Amino acid sequence: MVELNFARVRPEAVMDLTRVPELREWGTENGRLRVGAGITYTRVIRELGDRLPGLAMASRTVGSPQIRNRGTVGGNLGTASPAGDALPPLYVSDAEVELASVEGTRRVPVAEFVKAPKRTATNPEELISAFLVPEAGGPQQYAKIGPRNAMVIAVCSLGLAVHPERKEVCACIGSAGPTPIRACEAEDFIRGVIEEEGLWESRGELAEAALGRFGELVSEAARPISDVRGTAAYRTHAVGVLARRTLGWAWNEYRGGI
Amino acid sequence: MSQTTPTTPTRVGPGPTTWTPGKVGESDRRPDGVPKVTGEFEYSSDMRLDGMLWGATLRSPHPHAEIRQIDTSEAEDLPGVYAVLTHEDVPGRKVYGMEIPDQPVLAWEKVRYQGEPVAIVAADHPETARRALEKVHVEYGVLDPITDAEKAVQEDAPKLHLSGNVLRRIRILHGEGVGAAAKADVVVRGEYEVGMQDQAFLGPESGLAVPDGLGGVDLYISTQWLHIDQDQVAESLGMDPDQVRLTLSGVGGAFGGREDLSMQIHACMLALETERPVKMAYNREESFFGHVHRHPAKLRYEHGATRDGNLVYVKARLVFDGGAYASSSNAVCLNAATFACGPYEVPNAEIESHMLYTNNPPCGAMRGFGAVQACFAHEAQMDKLADELGLDPLDLRIKNALKPGDRFPFGQEVPPPAPVREILERVKVMPLPEEQEVMGRDLRGLPGGVSNVTHGEGVKRGVGYAVGFKNIGFSAGFDDYSTARVRLTVEDGEPLVEVHTAAAEVGQGLLMLQAQIARTELGVEKVSILPADTRVGSAGSTSASRQSYVTGAAVKLACEGVRERLFERAREELGEPPDGLSVEAGNVVRDGRTVVPLAELLDGDELEETCEYHHRETHPLDENGQGDVHLQYAFAAHRAVVEVDVELGLVRVVEIATAQDVGKIINPQALEGQIEGGIAQGLGLALMEEIQVKEGKVLNASFTDYLIPTILDMPTVKMEVLELADPEAPYGLKGVGEPPTIASTPAIVAALRDATGLELTRIPVRPEQLAGVSDGPPLPDEPTPGGAGYAEVGRLDGRRET
Repeated sequence: MVELNFARVRPEAVMDLTRVPELREWGTENGRLRVGAGITYTRVIRELGDRLPGLAMASRTVGSPQIRNRGTVGGNLGTASPAGDALPPLYVSDAEVELASVEGTRRVPVAEFVKAPKRTATNPEELISAFLVPEAGGPQQYAKIGPRNAMVIAVCSLGLAVHPERKEVCACIGSAGPTPIRACEAEDFIRGVIEEEGLWESRGELAEAALGRFGELVSEAARPISDVRGTAAYRTHAVGVLARRTLGWAWNEYRGGI
Repeated sequence: MSQTTPTTPTRVGPGPTTWTPGKVGESDRRPDGVPKVTGEFEYSSDMRLDGMLWGATLRSPHPHAEIRQIDTSEAEDLPGVYAVLTHEDVPGRKVYGMEIPDQPVLAWEKVRYQGEPVAIVAADHPETARRALEKVHVEYGVLDPITDAEKAVQEDAPKLHLSGNVLRRIRILHGEGVGAAAKADVVVRGEYEVGMQDQAFLGPESGLAVPDGLGGVDLYISTQWLHIDQDQVAESLGMDPDQVRLTLSGVGGAFGGREDLSMQIHACMLALETERPVKMAYNREESFFGHVHRHPAKLRYEHGATRDGNLVYVKARLVFDGGAYASSSNAVCLNAATFACGPYEVPNAEIESHMLYTNNPPCGAMRGFGAVQACFAHEAQMDKLADELGLDPLDLRIKNALKPGDRFPFGQEVPPPAPVREILERVKVMPLPEEQEVMGRDLRGLPGGVSNVTHGEGVKRGVGYAVGFKNIGFSAGFDDYSTARVRLTVEDGEPLVEVHTAAAEVGQGLLMLQAQIARTELGVEKVSILPADTRVGSAGSTSASRQSYVTGAAVKLACEGVRERLFERAREELGEPPDGLSVEAGNVVRDGRTVVPLAELLDGDELEETCEYHHRETHPLDENGQGDVHLQYAFAAHRAVVEVDVELGLVRVVEIATAQDVGKIINPQALEGQIEGGIAQGLGLALMEEIQVKEGKVLNASFTDYLIPTILDMPTVKMEVLELADPEAPYGLKGVGEPPTIASTPAIVAALRDATGLELTRIPVRPEQLAGVSDGPPLPDEPTPGGAGYAEVGRLDGRRET
């Protein structure tokens, strides 16, 4: 829609999908949530805030109330912008994207679905019909940097999920690389720290040094560029700070019990 | 798309607005307030007429290029296209401009900035018009752009205009100049930079031109000054001004950005060529190329003072990038020079103000007009000096505050009232906001807001002060006046005053002010404000915070004339001695006793007066930069409290406290709106608003990437308003629109320095600077994959490839 508005594209036809009821439903399927691609951010916040807290936090940072009433997670997936707010929360929960066509339905892990800036694994005849994601088993966070305090496209962002059920912490960088980037080394590092100290069981404190190192490793995973919104150096720095802070908040929440 | 060919005829332009206003000094609600909020107000971009065509503009993708050839034939052949016009079709003067007519109506031989209009088309649908633009073939010979004002001034720089690259130079020598440096115990130096701010009005440039069938044209338009538009449009159409009639349509903000022409001549040319009404409405992106911006500036300062904190001298060199064309740069250069030292008693000064042509976007008028850039620098210098002297920054300012009877560095005596010390003392004693525990706060009360970047980590508070001032009204010898026609009549047995001026209501509240004056002076309940148009004499520009003063005075004068004739009539018909008569609640009264109802006295007649008010003469600067240049001075002081996440460089402005002298409050609610709005624009310049230009090309021509503050960025504003009457002004009032914008920016930056200990010499201050993260690699030329996918925004030539 943005490109249409800027007269950058003139598609032959535009199809309104807002009245396809199947796209606007969500429910559970084999223990996972199946969320229709046409669910708006407002509905994510209102209806899924307890089940998908990270995605709900990200949804709260999208645009203005008017945009949240209209914009959908499916649209965010289709645009595949590295700055898409819904993407890091989906990455850290290993979500799958459901693609439907007359040929049938297939599901693609979100990290494989997003191929490059504005490029996805969708075939021309396919429709993004839903995404599938497990309900949060532990605390989740989403934090986003913008030079103003609302209605801003991410300079960079970070999604984080603590998964006690599989004893993992996942972190995904937004808007500091060509696609969202999972910070695998940081994830491995913090999993090691938690295991070594038996923190899953003891729910003990994570040392400042461990949080700091986690942040550094997230910074190292970023592959940002400099553009009108921010410099590469700042993005690298900021995602590290966000990683350190969000892990601290999520871990404290875990310690407080679920 | 929402735009379609119109099918229903609509009335063109607004009708009169009639209501029962408050009197002078009372809050009066805007009659257009509710329609604006509910979306029913007709802005200039909403106008439609049966059978109208849509105009569109082809703009240069290059900041500097020769035009070798323009081929319009393919565009002309497109079905639905009615006209394709170039510079060859401009019937009259091929250039326009308010101060210096140096800007082509449509470019020939050369383009000098990205976005310069080259051709215009009219078609039966906006999309057809857009496609026709793609079929106009312009052969350019691309030239290297001059994009640095400091380089434009060098001898070997290519000349952008016949007159060279220097648009204006002003030198002010005051006292012994820097010769007084020996008397200073302490000297501080600094270099400061101000980025290019945009007015960011919400209603893009738009208008409707309707041919009258007799060779003339009616233009319905958003502007700040109908008559200067009329003169320029007529000149370029080769017509008498009375063949080009302008009516003000709904204006969605101005802030200086509507002083220059945008689509006025183009729409009229297309309408006259096609003999059909032609509407032109820029979209948001085009709007960034359709108006001038605030001048970017580099400012070098040196302040000397005695050990006990008395200013000895100021040396300043101000360099402004005027962009490709003159616009109002001349006057901005003068203003900046005269305000370079701030509202302080400075016994010796040497000031140079340079304005240069470059191939950057043209810059011109914006709220604050030269005073903004200077204030950022002189206030940073005052803080630096206070630091060097170990003095409280506010006390240093109070110690050096200007007072009536002092001399400005440009020689003019400071007229009363000039309560600089008083407003500084007011902000000093206003209670500071309570410092609440940061941990566990609602996210909206923290830097980053709901973006959830901090729960209190890294947050430091800072407090900063600044004071600034601004001239009200046009200066330097300009015959600045306004015209008002006031008619007293009786409608349905009730007296009604009609006020007719050409003064542009651009959202500031002039509509109410005129009605309040009419009600106050003529004692009637009902007032009707007629649409502003060129059927009445010029009101001058809605800029320089001057309309309340100048048009206010003209309306008051015309009302007084009508009132005198009423009293005359009372004397003639009733034998009432004229002394001691007044008008109140629709009656002529004496000592609170009704002499005669106005309706009865008028007896079906109407009384009408048309008056011009010319303000006191001002004078240009002489060769030493001396002269009584300005009419009135308005002062405002600000205190900013900020909280900075020092690790991430994100900011929440907690509170702005301000004290401003307004002479007389005419409409308290409108005044609050001006103060808060001005502060919001000042906050924007401090923290986020900048048109980023690289090699002469704009990188962020959209509200996606040109950020202005939202309501979540705006703090609570505490205000103290002083009413010290100016004896020369109507009701003693002072202009109020600009002062809030001037010192709010440096106050916020001073607070940021207080919180972080950083020097912060450039605005807007970016998160990178506050977080102390070095710049990293320069901007890449490739589209930015880190962006949201709109990297093509601002690349006008990108349209050709889609």
